[in-house]
Amino acid sequence: MLEIKNLHAKVGDTEILKGLSLNIEAGQVHAIMGPNGAGKSTLSYVLSGRDGYEVTAGSVTYKGKDLLTMEPEVRAGEGVFLAFQYPVEIPGVSTMNFLKAAVNSVRKYRGESEFDAMDFLKFVREQTKILNINDEMLKRAVNVGFSGGEKKRAEVLQMAVLNPSFAVLDETDSGLDVDALRIVGEGVTALRSPDRSMLVITHYQRLLDYIVPDMVHVLADGKIVDTGDKNLAIELEKNGYANYAEAAA
Amino acid sequence: MNAAVSDTVDQVQSVEKYKYGFVTDIEADQAPKGLNEDIIRFISAKKEEPEWLLEWRLKAYAHWLTMEEPHWPKVTYPPIDYQDSYYYSAPKSPDEGPESLDDVDPELLATYEKLGIPLYEQEVLAGVKNVAVDAVFDSVSVATTFKDALAKEGVIFCPISEAVKEHPELVKQYLGSVVPYSDNYFATLNSAVFTDGSFVYIPKGVNCPMELSTYFRINASNTGQFERTLIIADEGSHVSYLEGCTAPMRDENQLHAAVVELVVLDDADIKYSTVQNWYPGDENGVGGIYNFVTKRAACRGKNSKVSWTQVETGSAITWKYPSCILQGDNSVGEFYSVAITNNYQQADTGTKMIHLGKNTSSRIIAKGISAGKSQSTYRGLVKMMPKAEGARNHTQCDSLLIGKECGAHTVPYIESRNKSAKVEHEATTSKIGDDQLFYCRQRGISEEEAVALIVNGFCREVMQELPMEFAVEAQKLVGISLEGSVG
Repeated sequence: MLEIKNLHAKVGDTEILKGLSLNIEAGQVHAIMGPNGAGKSTLSYVLSGRDGYEVTAGSVTYKGKDLLTMEPEVRAGEGVFLAFQYPVEIPGVSTMNFLKAAVNSVRKYRGESEFDAMDFLKFVREQTKILNINDEMLKRAVNVGFSGGEKKRAEVLQMAVLNPSFAVLDETDSGLDVDALRIVGEGVTALRSPDRSMLVITHYQRLLDYIVPDMVHVLADGKIVDTGDKNLAIELEKNGYANYAEAAA
Repeated sequence: MNAAVSDTVDQVQSVEKYKYGFVTDIEADQAPKGLNEDIIRFISAKKEEPEWLLEWRLKAYAHWLTMEEPHWPKVTYPPIDYQDSYYYSAPKSPDEGPESLDDVDPELLATYEKLGIPLYEQEVLAGVKNVAVDAVFDSVSVATTFKDALAKEGVIFCPISEAVKEHPELVKQYLGSVVPYSDNYFATLNSAVFTDGSFVYIPKGVNCPMELSTYFRINASNTGQFERTLIIADEGSHVSYLEGCTAPMRDENQLHAAVVELVVLDDADIKYSTVQNWYPGDENGVGGIYNFVTKRAACRGKNSKVSWTQVETGSAITWKYPSCILQGDNSVGEFYSVAITNNYQQADTGTKMIHLGKNTSSRIIAKGISAGKSQSTYRGLVKMMPKAEGARNHTQCDSLLIGKECGAHTVPYIESRNKSAKVEHEATTSKIGDDQLFYCRQRGISEEEAVALIVNGFCREVMQELPMEFAVEAQKLVGISLEGSVG
């Protein structure tokens, strides 16, 4: 599904990713953990194509195609989704309208027919029901006045309706209390499927109680420094990142 | 000789001049270039106007000669040569139009397409030869039904030149009663040379059965560059009037100076919605319409109400301040505005709310969006007069900037001469954030679509005031106006 080879990237003059390699098979969920400043968010922005993140070496191959030459909206059309650490507010635009614009854009890209208003409403309601989200959220402006938990649930809803093949979840647990964490975790787990891969970026192990990963990687100083199964996350929770910081330095 | 006699002599002499001047040939389709009394007599004769109206035009012209073009708006343009324009030309004959849509500017057609305008309406808008205007309304019967329904309620809706003939008492009573002929440079010019426009009268207690739209009589009368509109809502009546069209209008006349007068009596209300999409000039700022408009409503009666809604996306220069004179006790004035400027466009627009009566209230929501190298100014006046006991106003001005080379300015004037009056003003300035654009694009929405979405969200409070049939097209228009503003 996704193959990252020797990826180097910089922001401004600072090199953040320093030769990162990673391979994710279809249907797998990988977790990336690491200390602050290791390059976790940079990785998510490089994969989704944000301006200002310059790839200086290496490659990312997604479904056999060169991901890095695609515009962000093309990546979305191809099935790449990023759940933002800090979802952005868009005043005056209802969540419903935003979702419809997004879904119809990717459907158009994928050569599928666009939804009309009625069909879309039906489609969204099926998804909100599965994810146990109150339809009232759809009427509110995108992320405006949302609590931390509501924002993250809205991200999961967007992921559900856009039906991606590869989703990056960037610190989805930040700003969530225990109950919200469980709800979001269960929502993401409900979206696991054999043809969908996920990359879960997190600082803490607790999210991985709800989204159980196939593989866990430790990112330190712009490189993957350790890889293991879900038990690696539990070890990290106990021992912290201190050993890796030394190894990287 | 006393003054009255000398006036009469002057008039007789000028009539003589008219009689033997070049303009005696009223079969001519066009008056020569330039502006003088003869041209005004020619226009008046063409329209077969009564003497009082000709006199009114001449008075306006004489006054105009004593005035100077105003330069206080924050707009710049080369001097206008008023003698280098035509002030009267007959509507083009349908035979001069293009043979079919194949002969029409493809850029224009692309815009029609984006707005979702049906094919037969595109033909009418582009002036294609021999297209029946009735086709716009699907069939002759729809147009007829429309006329019948209005007639049944006693509503008068016709070109103002026709109203001068058919309802002279109404026109004489109200024309110039809100915007006097001496009001301002451009309104005075309009009073002297106006060619046509709309006239509406809603009788007492009548709720106008449909939205009145100039769209209904597109091409039916070529209103030209000096349009004059007069709407009277008699006691207890209600009407919604739509002006303009979302489709781009091409016009060879650079200067447009329209006047709109609204008169609202006791317990009546008028909702006046405008979508203005005149040619804005090209991306280098060449060409484009100068749109210098005077719009004013007199809320004369108690509990009367006027609501102005405007979406201004066109014209090289826009200079307009739709205003309300809140004379009747408890009368209400509203102004909802979206002004979008891109490339080298300039807009200086806003409103005036003059509170005279007790417990009058007004609400202003102005949204300015500037992109490219454009300049957008909100200029507004809220004035509480000594007798405006308990009057109140709330003003909200929001500016949105796209890019680094545009400007947004807010110039609110507030004058209060009554201690019990309340005036509130809020203003914000923001930019479309890179993070907002990226968020949309990550969800598959293209950059241009994202701008349209974000800007429509910013304008939502104003857009929702538009009548349904306008709102959808107006939303698309927002996107089209800002094409090429990012990236």
